[in-house]
Amino acid sequence: MTLLWLLLLPIVGGLLAWVSGKTGTQLPRWISVLALALVFGLTLQVWFQYYSEIDIFTEQAWLIEFERDWIPQLGISFYLALDGLSLLLIALTAFLGLISVVVSWKEIQYRVGFFHFNLLWILAGIIGVFIALDLFLFFFFWEMMLIPMYFLIIIWGHEDKRYAAIKFFLFTQASGLMMLVAILALYFVHGNATGVYTFNYNDLLGTDISASVAMWIMLGFFIAFGVKLPAVPVHTWLPDAHTQAPTAGSVVLAGLLLKTGAYGLIRFVVPLFPEAATQFAFIAMILGVVSILYGAKLAFAQTDFKRLVAYTSVSHMGFVLLGIFAWNDLALQGAVVVIIAHGLSTGALFILAGGIQERIHTRDMDRMGGMWSTVPRMGTVAMFFAMASLGLPGLGNFVGEFLVLIGTFMENILLTVIAAVGIVAATIYSIWIIQRIFHGEPRETWEMPDLNIREMVVMVAMMLALLWIGLYPKPILNTAKPALDILQRGVEEVRMVEQTPVPDPRNEMQIFMSINQLHKSDH
Amino acid sequence: MSTTDLTALLPFIILAATTLIVVLVISFYRNHFITALLTVIGHAAAIAVLPSLSTITPRQVTPLMIIDDYSLFYIGLLTAASLIVSVLMYSYLQRREAQREEFYALLLIATIGSSALVTSSHFITLFIGLEVLTVSLYGMIAYLFTYDRPLEAGIKYLILAAASSAFLLFGMALIFAETGTMLFAELAEKLAADDDLRTVFILTGTGMMVVGIGFKLAVVPFHMWTPDIYEAAPAPVTAYLATVSKGGMFAILLRYFIELNVYAYETICFVFTVIAILSMFTGNILALLQNNVKRILAYSSIAHLGYILVAFLAGGALAAEAVTFYLVAYFITSLGAFGIVGLLIHNEREPEDVQDYRGLYVHRPWLSAVFTAMMLSLAGIPLTAGFIGKFYVLTAGVGAALWILVIVLVVNSAIGLYYYLRIVITMYSEPEETAAASGSLSQSLSVAGGVVLAFLMIILIWLGVYPEPLIAIIQDIAGRFGS
Repeated sequence: MTLLWLLLLPIVGGLLAWVSGKTGTQLPRWISVLALALVFGLTLQVWFQYYSEIDIFTEQAWLIEFERDWIPQLGISFYLALDGLSLLLIALTAFLGLISVVVSWKEIQYRVGFFHFNLLWILAGIIGVFIALDLFLFFFFWEMMLIPMYFLIIIWGHEDKRYAAIKFFLFTQASGLMMLVAILALYFVHGNATGVYTFNYNDLLGTDISASVAMWIMLGFFIAFGVKLPAVPVHTWLPDAHTQAPTAGSVVLAGLLLKTGAYGLIRFVVPLFPEAATQFAFIAMILGVVSILYGAKLAFAQTDFKRLVAYTSVSHMGFVLLGIFAWNDLALQGAVVVIIAHGLSTGALFILAGGIQERIHTRDMDRMGGMWSTVPRMGTVAMFFAMASLGLPGLGNFVGEFLVLIGTFMENILLTVIAAVGIVAATIYSIWIIQRIFHGEPRETWEMPDLNIREMVVMVAMMLALLWIGLYPKPILNTAKPALDILQRGVEEVRMVEQTPVPDPRNEMQIFMSINQLHKSDH
Repeated sequence: MSTTDLTALLPFIILAATTLIVVLVISFYRNHFITALLTVIGHAAAIAVLPSLSTITPRQVTPLMIIDDYSLFYIGLLTAASLIVSVLMYSYLQRREAQREEFYALLLIATIGSSALVTSSHFITLFIGLEVLTVSLYGMIAYLFTYDRPLEAGIKYLILAAASSAFLLFGMALIFAETGTMLFAELAEKLAADDDLRTVFILTGTGMMVVGIGFKLAVVPFHMWTPDIYEAAPAPVTAYLATVSKGGMFAILLRYFIELNVYAYETICFVFTVIAILSMFTGNILALLQNNVKRILAYSSIAHLGYILVAFLAGGALAAEAVTFYLVAYFITSLGAFGIVGLLIHNEREPEDVQDYRGLYVHRPWLSAVFTAMMLSLAGIPLTAGFIGKFYVLTAGVGAALWILVIVLVVNSAIGLYYYLRIVITMYSEPEETAAASGSLSQSLSVAGGVVLAFLMIILIWLGVYPEPLIAIIQDIAGRFGS
């Protein structure tokens, strides 16, 4: 039932917020805060309750499950399940969701009820994606979050919102349908082989698919997740959508929506198609490296603050892609940490960009400069998150990117070296932000108030979270580890079967695996 | 003809009796409300007897008609759609100057025709059902003959429909000439027994029938009439054209294909594949270029027929299921969308331009919510019946490995989104503060129309969230039908 509540709270909260919008602007906000606080509280409660169980090496994949028949004729069930990975992502969703409501407190004054309805339904869709383990249900939530996001951009967005919203929608919808076709193909392949037609993830794992078919089906999934992530060359919707969305929309897009793509890769692409994913890994890793460098390069060509931050997202998510397809302990853990840390740091930068725009009605960095003396608190906060973004040790992003690079190093040295250049590039664009906005001679004089208490509370909360991940990432790594281990073991089993029956000790792969096994038995 | 036969024909008898009563009442006492009420009661009664008939199915009533679960389901669907159209038309005619009452007689006759169509087991029933439907439609389209556009549309439809009927008839004649029978069952036997029968005659005959059927379904390249007539006809009649007329034809097409196993003819399947692909692309791409809501919906309906053809071509029980489910979803959304256009009629003008809907959300939040739901369902977004429908169609397509059609469908869904979202977003844009614009949006609406729309919306979401009961029924029907 806990899982159902995680979904119902934002859904019902959203409806209430919409209806209460008639009474004024305050009630929808408080309803949203309450609903999301409950979701967050519930997540934390689950986390504390199961932390001791998660901590140990477990065979049991799911912490909590919830299953009901939905359309049994087609093998569709309402199957929700939660493991450590989903738990972390849901905690992030609730946290950033709360923050989005708070940062919209002053910014959104138009149709407040409907705004919060859309926001909460996006969050419901995202939570659904993280816990749906029936592929049809997963697709259902995957598509469900698009329409409210579209509304969020097109109603409350900035000057070029129509173009951005439609582009966002077409990209995600077209790629989503590709995934649906892939899901159906998998459904029939599994059904024809076993006689059981089902969309249940656990049953579909380990489906015996011929190599060429598996590659096609995997590509269907990969396209959908790659667009969301986003990976170059299908990233072009992202800068537009992020720039034009209202602050809360940008936070949710960068902090959560992109993560659904990463989650999909970890949960579905590699475990469902281990061999195809192995064959494809090199290309995917190249795409990751290209995203890192290309995103970083474009980032410092921007003069629009939000657009700059949007391109840094492309760059950071490149690390996630790289880490996932390296597919070993360290790289995966790193990817998970990047997912969380990037959600916080980029979210905060978007909030700052939104705050500046609210005050001076421009995002153009050519018109800023020398603002530190006017708004010292904002400058300090921006400095902190810029440092986080460039990967300063002691903050979350460093831990994640470092782990990804070590993990990737074990798989491919050359790509790691090139990817590491991305960190240097990140340093340049992050310092660049501070330099252009807060330092130097003011190009225009702006009268503006510094961050108020509400904004400071949000910022401090995000800073603390990043510091926590940077200094003591163990709880997060521990929570994700069993889930990642189980996913990896499933993949290894399939790969082992594919090996020659007589194990060749000189085989590099074998050695690597035995090391891996040893490592596990240490527990 | 035994009592059981007559019982099996009860829906037809009820509808025919209602027609007579309506005509008699009109000749003695003209009252729009009473006429409409009688029509609604007649429809409701016809639907109400359907479940009890399932005990005597399948039953061959004379060689002409087969009453099985499949026909009962479609009679129910068509009659329900017709019922909704009669309520919508009631609200519509209240706001227009016309002799209002006779419309309902035409509507009832047309519904009898399309219901007869789906029970056909013989070419004669097929043809007579179709003609009864079509001839009534001439009248319905041109019903507001004091206005230029409906009259023009009526005449246009008359000429084209008559020509297409001639094709259909000629096609049937050719097949009859070759096989010597017009019964579907006998045709199926003869065709199955003798491969040599796949002669030029049969192929030409079938080809000509395809022309006639294609016209009714408004698939490319027989679609030219659709946008003009959809635009000019009164909105509820357009809804009727889009649903009852097409739905009846599609139901019989499916029956004909499955019973005669036309799927074995590669040429014909190829022709339908081409038709499906062309319909999807033409419908969606031309819809992009329109500014008139009714024309957009007309082109979108062409595309949707293309989608249904994908499922149809998959063949087998799954195809029958997918087609039926998609048709149900399509019926609901078409009725809802055209219903709203009709309800918002103001100063003798339907709000046709997309810009007429600017700011609908401010003036009528509920109506805009219903319209949004209809558009999202057409686009195939979750929580609506259209989503499950599209999923079903794709399932059928992937199951039969029709990869080209599936990919075309996916591409077209993305194209289609653009114009559906365009309508949606216009409703949520800032309203223009002119009296003319807000007049059409802020007028009071008829209660009956509002109730019907609320009902359609509830069903739409119900089927989108919990389609299991309907799927169970459809599977039951299709399972027995396919075997």
